[in-house]
Amino acid sequence: MEKFEKLSGIAAPMPLVNIDTDMIIPKQFLKTIKRSGLGVNLFDEMRYDNDGNEIPDFVLNKPQYRQAQILVAGDNFGCGSSREHAPWALADFGIRCVISTSFADIFFNNCFKNGILPIVMPQEVVDVLMNDAEKGANARIEVDLEAQTVTTSDGQSFAFEVDAFKKHCLMNGLDDIGLTMEKASAIDSFEAKAAAARPWA
Amino acid sequence: MSGKTLYDKIWDDHVVQEDADGTCLLYIDRHLVHEVTSPQAFEGLRMAGRKVRAPEKTIAVPDHNVPTTAGREDPASMPDDSRVQVAALDTNAKEFGIHYYPVSDVRQGIVHIVGPEQGWTLPGMTVVCGDSHTATHGAFGALAHGIGTSEVEHVLATQTLIQKKSKNMKVEITGKLRPGVTAKDITLSVIGATGTAGGTGYVIEYCGEAIRDLSMEGRMTVCNMAIEGGARAGLIAPDEKTFEYCKGRPHAPKGAAWEAAVAYWKTLFSDDDAHWDKVITLKGEDIAPVVTWGTSPEDVLPITATVPAPDSFKGGKVEAAKRAIEYMGLEAGQKLTDIQIDTVFIGSCTNGRIEDLRAAAQILKGKKVKDGMRAMVVPGSGLVRAQAEEEGLAQIFIDAGFEWRLAGCSMCLAMNPDQLAPGERCAATSNRNFEGRQGRGGRTHLVSPAMAAAAAITGHLTDVREMI
Repeated sequence: MEKFEKLSGIAAPMPLVNIDTDMIIPKQFLKTIKRSGLGVNLFDEMRYDNDGNEIPDFVLNKPQYRQAQILVAGDNFGCGSSREHAPWALADFGIRCVISTSFADIFFNNCFKNGILPIVMPQEVVDVLMNDAEKGANARIEVDLEAQTVTTSDGQSFAFEVDAFKKHCLMNGLDDIGLTMEKASAIDSFEAKAAAARPWA
Repeated sequence: MSGKTLYDKIWDDHVVQEDADGTCLLYIDRHLVHEVTSPQAFEGLRMAGRKVRAPEKTIAVPDHNVPTTAGREDPASMPDDSRVQVAALDTNAKEFGIHYYPVSDVRQGIVHIVGPEQGWTLPGMTVVCGDSHTATHGAFGALAHGIGTSEVEHVLATQTLIQKKSKNMKVEITGKLRPGVTAKDITLSVIGATGTAGGTGYVIEYCGEAIRDLSMEGRMTVCNMAIEGGARAGLIAPDEKTFEYCKGRPHAPKGAAWEAAVAYWKTLFSDDDAHWDKVITLKGEDIAPVVTWGTSPEDVLPITATVPAPDSFKGGKVEAAKRAIEYMGLEAGQKLTDIQIDTVFIGSCTNGRIEDLRAAAQILKGKKVKDGMRAMVVPGSGLVRAQAEEEGLAQIFIDAGFEWRLAGCSMCLAMNPDQLAPGERCAATSNRNFEGRQGRGGRTHLVSPAMAAAAAITGHLTDVREMI
């Protein structure tokens, strides 16, 4: 997994609430057996018309946001389906950080497995960041995971919370399966104990 | 010290290791797998030279992509990309030695219907699947939730998940339901009350007389949509109905093991003095048959209501409601019962069980669907289909003008050929009314099976209470 330490990037504003994973990557693109190549279909039905032409009004089609690496989004981002194709598509497009007042649980976890940092901020901070993102390509937002801060283009800085273990994995690009496999003996003993207590399971 | 909730008890019995910051390694008893969210996980195992740690606890079934029309055992019946995905599951199931129900097996169906049906899902277990509607299994008092593909790979390799504990939320539905009101109306009404993010960070336990009165099928419908309220999982404490449902299922314990299991299952309830971080109470008698008008499951109202005005909402929801009303082709103030529909879909992991088909057939018996209506029933599993045929339900649907399909997820997420065309409007018993969910430009109104049947007959959203 790609490490995440610091990011200074263009932030695209997506104030819509309840952006679901069907919007992020519609089901017709779930038939892949690979993780890569989904960026071109990110937000497909919002981004392209029925003939496959770009819809100019959609934020990521605007010249100033085509290189966006950060999304500032409305409440409950990533709700709905568990499809990890959503963070795969975001990462493949180049998005490394999403900032919102709240995220759906499964999407939130999936981001950390794919080098994407989801940041929860209170409404008033999201409002400030949304305004900054509205300024376009000249307004780069800085995200520092080590220091746990987000800084606007005019220097306003806000602290955010992140789970210590998730931060550690993201900063070091760690594969948590490898980490868990080191605990195999603890899993063995649990299984032995559980097999005695609940043999039917 | 206060007592424990049901969630606390199941959680405590599955913690392999806990770190100082509360990060836990949680043991997983059952891992359900389908073709869409697993190929990359198996490929990851292969690349790293890893095995499936507990193949005997891993159960796979293709459901999302599969056609629901006759002749589907022939791989040529599927488009290339679907065929590749289903073939990958075939290969992975064989190579890694996990339990498998291919489309040619009568037990095949939607993974969340097959699990309970075959007795894989039992009270007190931890159950995961790369699918958000894994919450369904919570109806058995099992801690069940959806995971992403990286976590699927983690569970395949280690039979565990790295997790932090969620908070406890109690949703109590007191008293009795009124006639025409079903489990679907309960679960949608709860989401209407809490919003789609109201459960975020929580595991919900549903309780109260109206929940206890539900059958296992109804309880599965309620828990299925816990995820639509944002909760990690939904739970219902097991009781005699649960035990009765599980008894004799192919993978349920037998003999002395059964007795021991039941003795343990009887300890699975929330203590009177348990701590709840959030409590929601609804009166069963206040719940009406409901329907969604917008593009989020929280956009739900009693069938007697009208499409709301966007400025009746607050914050970001004002814009979202405007967008939803435009997408849905509606007008504020329009009566919900005036909304004309052209498609009816009965099925899905929310409402594709035998009781759902009985409820719809009861309304349809001796009636015909409206001229021009496209109506389909997609049973949740081959066994549900067979039982419905035996009970004469299939004939009622066919006589009424419904298509009688084979089992799968079908038009709930429209990954197979069962889709809405742009502008088509569907009364669906599924779980999501998102933009494009049932096909690009398609419009979805979520309803109960009885309400779907009523709409099929009249051609518009209809108060089923007028038909019973």
